[in-house]
Amino acid sequence: MDLLNALVALSNYVIVPAIAYGSQLALGALGITLIAGVLRFSNFAHGETMAFGTMIVILVTWWFKSLGISIYPLPTALLALPFGIIGCIAMVLLTDKFVYKFYRKAKSSPVVLVMASLGVTFIMNGIIRFIIGPGDQRFADGVRFLLKPKDFKIMTGLNEGLAIKLTQCITLVTAIIIVTALFWFLNKTRTGKSMRAFSDNEDLALLSGINPERVVAITWVFVAILATVAGTLYGIDKTFKPFTYFQLLLPMFAAAVVGGLGNPVGAIVGAFVVSFSEISLTYAYKKFLTYLLPSDLAPSSLVQLISTDYKFAVSFIILVLVLLFRPTGLFKGPST
Amino acid sequence: MTENPFLIGDSMSGGYGKGADILHNCTVAVNKGEIAVIVGPNGAGKSTAMKAIFGMLNMRQGAVRIDGEDITDLSPQDRVAKGMAFVPQNQNIFTSLSVEENLEMGAFLRKDDIKGTMDQVFTLFPILKEKRKQAAGELSGGQRQQVAVGRALMTQPKVLMLDEPTAGVAPIVMDELFDRIIEVARSGISILMVEQNARQALTIADKGYVLVQGENRFTDTGASLLADPEVRKSFLGG
Repeated sequence: MDLLNALVALSNYVIVPAIAYGSQLALGALGITLIAGVLRFSNFAHGETMAFGTMIVILVTWWFKSLGISIYPLPTALLALPFGIIGCIAMVLLTDKFVYKFYRKAKSSPVVLVMASLGVTFIMNGIIRFIIGPGDQRFADGVRFLLKPKDFKIMTGLNEGLAIKLTQCITLVTAIIIVTALFWFLNKTRTGKSMRAFSDNEDLALLSGINPERVVAITWVFVAILATVAGTLYGIDKTFKPFTYFQLLLPMFAAAVVGGLGNPVGAIVGAFVVSFSEISLTYAYKKFLTYLLPSDLAPSSLVQLISTDYKFAVSFIILVLVLLFRPTGLFKGPST
Repeated sequence: MTENPFLIGDSMSGGYGKGADILHNCTVAVNKGEIAVIVGPNGAGKSTAMKAIFGMLNMRQGAVRIDGEDITDLSPQDRVAKGMAFVPQNQNIFTSLSVEENLEMGAFLRKDDIKGTMDQVFTLFPILKEKRKQAAGELSGGQRQQVAVGRALMTQPKVLMLDEPTAGVAPIVMDELFDRIIEVARSGISILMVEQNARQALTIADKGYVLVQGENRFTDTGASLLADPEVRKSFLGG
């Protein structure tokens, strides 16, 4: 019984949240890895791309609510998602046209493009704060819990409750759908294959008559879709705050680098490595150990390895370790 | 020399970027369905001449004509559309794509059914059919070259340009590869190739060009060059 209670506590506080967080990171890291593979630079503005798409989703959600449109029990944000995606696509394509294209034509080195993306980050940062403000926005509506802790306790007779939020479920399902669609596109369609070919060997792709500008544009479209979905899922699961989205850049980059920049499968695995490390290292194991250990050995402290304030240090350490010992990532990708 | 070669790089001079000229008044041509081979010592400008013909070089002087049409100002991609195909010396396959996907990418510009051409490539290189689901980067050197040539053939080119197709492959595979190249030429495709293995290449060549320091030193049929005592002494090791 105690073992079961311990496992339920662990699921409730570590496994379920880490799966949801990992799915959100995976979608974000996929966007970063696509840009790294096709456009050959690390896009520092990716957190802002997510925030921009999510911002439009929030604005449309509010508008729908004022009109009384809802899809209860699902969050209204899902209905607003396509609008956010379209807005985000327009934004990234315009950014590409006015910023990145110039450096691409000049055949600038990747670091120049990275710096340009940093500039884009600051501008987007300002625009987003100007439109929606720097504060926290809660926009998730609909049913909150799919499984309430109290119901779980009654169902199983255990002391520990297990909560599964609807948003966590939506996150996982949406992530699976999007990732499946992306992989189908990359592996089965002619355009998807040409994207992989371009990423693999740009010169040979040109010799084969693959149009680079078209590949780049399609990549941006996918990046915008992935970023908006990732941002919206993160937002309905937690809250939307521009600064938090900027901070998400680090775990997303860590995930993409762990898996090997430019490698989509790697980005997904990397995202779960990061999310599980982050959450399991910042979880207080007191309850878990109290169930498992004899009562006289029960810990009196929280048994928390590091404070949640330092959760970004986890991504950073993972990033440094991977770059030190396996710079091309766990899955072989081109080193940067 | 025939009056109207199918593809000709005529009196080409030029170099990379704004650097010094590498080619000096260099002429290379190939007739329909024939094999022309460019040989010469290291640094003679053999690969550079190929790149010049394919439009990957700034030419200061000279012209490139295919079937009488001047294509000097066309980009490499546009030359692909004109019926030229180029197999570079290095990085000539998509390593992370499967063999079949490599061939599909070769045919990217085509809108018609590519199944027939792919079957032709598989008939020419049966090993590729066997390994068509495998990532091209996992293949041996010789097999990779077959993928590279196969990819180029997928555009149904009229002229195939090969930059050292036998570099880094085992001697026994090399013979095999040369046989395949002859087979391609017999199907009516002109072949222009740069080769390090001069003696063997000239044996199969209808026309041979010996380049030295970016200039034409000797130009003749493959057989005559092989028989020429001076060429033998200087370039073929006696």
